[in-house]
Amino acid sequence: MKNTIAERIFDFLKDYPPFNLISKETLLEVSKSVEIQYFEKDQIIFNQNDTPHEHFYIIYEGAIRLYRFVDNEKHNLDICDEGDLFGLRPLIMQESYLMGAAANEETILYGIPISLFNSIILNYPKVSQFLIASFATNTRDPFSDKHKGKLFANVSSIQKIENSFAETQSAKYSKNPITCNVETSIKEASIIMTKHIINSIIVAKDNIPIGIITDKDIRTKIGTGIFSILDPVSKIMSSPVVTFPEKITVAEAQIALLKHKVSHICITKDGTDQSELVGILAEHDLNILQTNNPMFLVREIKYAQDAETLKHIRTKASELTKGYLEQEIPIYFITKVITEINTAITKRIIRLAVKELGQDPPVAYAWLAMGSQGRSEQLLMTDQDNALVFENVEDEDYERVKEYFLKFSTIITQKLNIVGFEYCPANIMASNPKWCLSLKEWKAQFKDWVKHPTSDKILLSIIFFDFEYIFGDKELYNQMSESVFRYISKKQTFLGFLSKATLDNPPPLGFFKQFLVEQDGENKDHFDIKSRAIRPLVDAARIFSLHHSLKVNNTIARYEKLMEEEPQNKDLFESCANAFKILLQFRTSQGLANKDSGKFVDINNLSKSDRLKLKSCFKPIKNIQDSLKIRFNVSQIP
Amino acid sequence: MFKWFTYKTYPEFFKTYLKSFKEKQPKSIEETRFVVFDTETTGLDLANDRILSIGAIAINNNIIEVADSFEIYLKQDAFNAETVEIHGLLKDGNLIKTTEIEAIEQFIRFLGNSILVAHHAAFDIEMMNAALKRMKLPKLRNKTIDTGILYKKLEGKKENHFNLDVLCTEFNIPKHDRHTASGDAYITALLFLKIISKLKKERTVHYSDLFRTSNHKGLI
Repeated sequence: MKNTIAERIFDFLKDYPPFNLISKETLLEVSKSVEIQYFEKDQIIFNQNDTPHEHFYIIYEGAIRLYRFVDNEKHNLDICDEGDLFGLRPLIMQESYLMGAAANEETILYGIPISLFNSIILNYPKVSQFLIASFATNTRDPFSDKHKGKLFANVSSIQKIENSFAETQSAKYSKNPITCNVETSIKEASIIMTKHIINSIIVAKDNIPIGIITDKDIRTKIGTGIFSILDPVSKIMSSPVVTFPEKITVAEAQIALLKHKVSHICITKDGTDQSELVGILAEHDLNILQTNNPMFLVREIKYAQDAETLKHIRTKASELTKGYLEQEIPIYFITKVITEINTAITKRIIRLAVKELGQDPPVAYAWLAMGSQGRSEQLLMTDQDNALVFENVEDEDYERVKEYFLKFSTIITQKLNIVGFEYCPANIMASNPKWCLSLKEWKAQFKDWVKHPTSDKILLSIIFFDFEYIFGDKELYNQMSESVFRYISKKQTFLGFLSKATLDNPPPLGFFKQFLVEQDGENKDHFDIKSRAIRPLVDAARIFSLHHSLKVNNTIARYEKLMEEEPQNKDLFESCANAFKILLQFRTSQGLANKDSGKFVDINNLSKSDRLKLKSCFKPIKNIQDSLKIRFNVSQIP
Repeated sequence: MFKWFTYKTYPEFFKTYLKSFKEKQPKSIEETRFVVFDTETTGLDLANDRILSIGAIAINNNIIEVADSFEIYLKQDAFNAETVEIHGLLKDGNLIKTTEIEAIEQFIRFLGNSILVAHHAAFDIEMMNAALKRMKLPKLRNKTIDTGILYKKLEGKKENHFNLDVLCTEFNIPKHDRHTASGDAYITALLFLKIISKLKKERTVHYSDLFRTSNHKGLI
């Protein structure tokens, strides 16, 4: 008979160890006997020393706290999250619970009857292996490399890798290199190398490296006619090979290459030439690593002669971001580097545009960036938001001057588009006559927005009040930003309007502390991290900064500045800055992983500790929004 | 006299059902077996529309037990049975369908004297009663709880009248298998546990409170 509920439980269980090791039929049977239990926050599931239940538990939703009393003192041992298993060991050992378990938040548990599971343990050796291993190491998933051997999974993911110097990074090498044996003819070996587009081949016996031949050997020993192409590779190979163990740092690799005057190092299991081959590291691998540093990229940008070259450099910058994130380098630093690169690219494009027009700008101007580039928070390729301001000119010159700057801006936006910055769908670009204005016009514009904050003007204020100087005459930019502060200080209710607009994005926690995920459409079950979590923090920082006339755009810098301005609210602003850093990091790593803007996060694909970390960011959002509400009298805004 | 006469003509399962109400009824939430159920029907007309499927799951001691659940699909007289066979029973060929009589009998056996729980319960119960009437049987005897009404007992929710979708969003219940009888029954069961737990947080909940409608005292 059909059992829809059991099928749904099966769908959940099948993704988590050890249930992923069980056949479909068996797991479906298990699903039919599951008990579903709901626990409120702090409700106890079992106490330490209780006799074991008939079920063990897997968390469907929420989180469970495991604790233990030692000498009347309570120690929290771990927090388990969705998909984690607990309360199984005492059932198998037939002993009482060694620790207590309580709901850390509202939680739904699936109880799985031990009576059914006992036969599974007997029939599936992999399941019992999993359980033995997990009992022994205390990690929840001993098969995952990431947490191997660590006592508690969460602890290890919180600890950061401190060193960020390239020299102490582990060097990347090619795994499973192509090999041939000593009898292979040079001709055959060359054919293999050509086919795989490699510049070396390792000569091995039973996967133990004996020697190596490289392009150079073929050039110097075959091309010169010393050996015949039908000779075996053993005649020309370099032997023995230089070997190293798997954990080789960049510095060690560089030294080894220099010392032995070789271009390749064989990576073997134990690091000697008597053990199994696992990889090959070429001089070339190290060069790539070095050219991928920001200084090098910025230098390359300066010499780029066209947008296509800049595009190539920008792609390398993406790689750099990825590497930084993997090494858990602070996000503040990463955004700075990427913003530097983006700014350098924009500057180079502006110079190229002047060259292309063959005519210098008629008057002074400044190129401005808006939105995330304006706030120096751009990590991924996002849309371009930009504008241009030019010096006030006499009425009779206006047409001519504006015509030049529009043409100029069009070339720039086209080139930025080639590099990979998509055109702004709302056409907020300097090539739009509305956003290519004289200083006088900008000031009038801003004054109107602040004075008459209709919803469309509020939206524009949010975008434009994060403008940042990129290139040109900085004085024009200074005058623009001073005018904004002046108008706002005269009309503080404007900030109330801005606050009201951002409060339309409520904190992303639902009633039962779960993520509010999208319910429909392509992004169903995805969490919109940009509009639900990042934007509210960005908006709040902007409003408080405008209130204090702070001339900073970067959200983290804004919160840091605000901590100085309002020492009484230091904790609040600090928590917002921290939350923002974490969220930005998430968005970026998601974006890189999925090759998109990272706007949507697939909650189901996040690791458990990541989910907890993400959830912890939501409280500051609620606090800062509450604070906005009170400070700027939002209730009085129509 | 007449009443006694009809009683004798009732089928055995229904006699057992009626007898079970003479047993002592539990007095606390923990001791009670709640049967959360939902029906899918061909429409909203009590006289002409029919039940397509019944889904139900029991809650004992605040635990939803998948092993104690019920799911059945009904054959439809309105369709030509032969045509359905030729077309391979539409999309889901694996579904075993039973007659209305058989389905109602099985459901009554599953239900017993438990407390019935449904979202906007009145309609589902009337559909059941209509089916019972066609079998020449009296109405359901069970006490019922409407999660829609239970929700209104929460502080500040008095005036709200919400469908299951809206409440799922408020209580963060994933909307899997919406609009299948079993899926909706399961969702309603979670909703029931969550409302009860929230009610308990707000005040002392007496067992009898559950059955009171918000406007007037007495049973639903």
